[in-house]
Amino acid sequence: MEENLNKHSDISAADLERLSKEAQDEATPSSSKIIWSEFKADKPAMVALILVVTFILFVMIASLFINTPKMMETDIMNYNATPGSNGFLLGADTGGRPILQQLIVGARNSIGIAIGLTLISSTFGICWGLISGYFNGYIDWGMQRVYDFMMMLPMTMMIIVLVTIIKSYNAVTLTFIFSIFYWEGTSRLIRSRTLSESEKDYVAASKTSGTGSFKIIFREIMPNISSLIIVDTTLSFAENIGVETGLSYLGFGLPIQTPSLGTLIANANDPNNITQYWWTWLPAALLIIILCLSISYIGQVVRRAADASQRHGISD
Amino acid sequence: MWKTILRRILIMIPEIIILSILVFLLAKAMPGDPFTGSINPKADPAQIHHLMKINGLYDPWYQQYWNWVVHLFHGNLGNSYQYQEPVTRLISGRAVNTLWLALFTTVLTYCFALPMGMYAAKHEGKLPDSIIRIYTYVTYCIPFFVILVIGIWIFGYVLGWFPTTGSVSSTANPGFPTIASRLYHILLPGILGALFGTVNIVQYLRSEVIDAKGSDYVRTARSKGVPEKDIYRHHIFRNSLLPIAAFAGYSITGLLNGSLFTETVFSYPGMGLLFINSISYRDYTVITALVLIYGILNLLGTLLSDIILSIVDPRIRIQ
Repeated sequence: MEENLNKHSDISAADLERLSKEAQDEATPSSSKIIWSEFKADKPAMVALILVVTFILFVMIASLFINTPKMMETDIMNYNATPGSNGFLLGADTGGRPILQQLIVGARNSIGIAIGLTLISSTFGICWGLISGYFNGYIDWGMQRVYDFMMMLPMTMMIIVLVTIIKSYNAVTLTFIFSIFYWEGTSRLIRSRTLSESEKDYVAASKTSGTGSFKIIFREIMPNISSLIIVDTTLSFAENIGVETGLSYLGFGLPIQTPSLGTLIANANDPNNITQYWWTWLPAALLIIILCLSISYIGQVVRRAADASQRHGISD
Repeated sequence: MWKTILRRILIMIPEIIILSILVFLLAKAMPGDPFTGSINPKADPAQIHHLMKINGLYDPWYQQYWNWVVHLFHGNLGNSYQYQEPVTRLISGRAVNTLWLALFTTVLTYCFALPMGMYAAKHEGKLPDSIIRIYTYVTYCIPFFVILVIGIWIFGYVLGWFPTTGSVSSTANPGFPTIASRLYHILLPGILGALFGTVNIVQYLRSEVIDAKGSDYVRTARSKGVPEKDIYRHHIFRNSLLPIAAFAGYSITGLLNGSLFTETVFSYPGMGLLFINSISYRDYTVITALVLIYGILNLLGTLLSDIILSIVDPRIRIQ
């Protein structure tokens, strides 16, 4: 390569193309490429990824063909129908409502809320952490006190109180209420990373050349900690599935007419259901376990990809 | 050191004041009033109006808040509308149950987590380490309430090993049988909580021990000929124990927040179940008191852990 450069004082177009291609091959691959190769190297992770994506797509599409209000109508004739009988593939609950269809719509609702919650709370947490970590001094101090205050709140109780205050709420309001309380973890992580990042030379160089603070934060620091952001978002998605289902289980999440994996598990609160009619709640419980395990397994793989020393796939 | 603690406590005061105002306003904003449901349906609206008036529910909020705070400092949190009993007595009766369970779970968690963390660190990178890592990861990512429901189903109903409701058997004789019955009732939720709450302690202890393994004092001990077992037991473990002890504060905080679920699943009459019941009865006085108590306990738990950690590790003292 050096020889070539010496021979031609001005580089021809063909050479330029070849050189840039060589440089591209040598450069560190982009983070999405690294993550992808990590999945290709780890077969169980690939299975988990395919499983989760197919499942989400399946419930999203299948629930379009289910008429929810009609499904939620009580049907005394099929009270606690056993699995397999009368066209009830997974049986029916105490109201004669089919479990399988409830499971599909419920999974759609629960996953949808978890996605919404993850998007809102992570975006907020990331902005909070970046701003708090970048501006030291009074801004950081004030933001830290707000953070401390939020950490002190008994979250589940506050959510329950808010849910009872708001008269008519739906999945969207619920997602916003949850988001108020679930950004702290992300913000703490991002803040500590931003603190160390903003001491680096490139930030100082940008500051001296007069770049605006917000441009430095969002165009320079944020891309540099993007792998951390991806990892944290994936892992909090797995956790967030537990948030809505847990509250629905207690009876303060989605209203009764809207099935969720949590309301299905709440069938187990009835001693008759939990002992004799296991099909009313067990499928939902197992589904949550499998979902959470697969998603956080994916998160672990993404985390491994973000840490160059632990990769199984390509390394730089 | 003392400066740090004092500063932490000073910061706590405004936090508690803001929390109390917030809680008070939220409880006021809850729909319904505590009387309409509790009196028989034929009750005269004028009578309810009168009850509202003598209970001061028509005063402006700051007036009501002020009365509430004054009473609070006299140890009077008002009467529960649902149970017709002073809130302080009601809650203290329930708090004993919740704290018993939390304490028991914390002790068990340490019993499970300490050996696991030590063992994983001792065999770093080998099979036991990976097994323990997978175990902590699996237990961490499953929502706890699902575990509780499946646990009570298998061990409570199907196998019938453990009681499924209450905190003490009604037929137990006073004295030792009562204590035994209490313990029996918290056994299953305690074990489940401990088995599924080890992740923080195990991971922290593991990394502490791995750090210590390469340190000078361990190498000195090893070169003096101290047996490997004693190095772990007396040198490394002692040094790693204090930061681990600090996790007790955080652990209790987490358990309190989980108590809503644990107590609902096991119908265990603690503060969490009391909260859930009070919400459906719009029992403001109990709700405000409970949220406040949980908030303050959260603060104290975190404070305790932070103080222990800052004694152990001067780097994390806040300036």
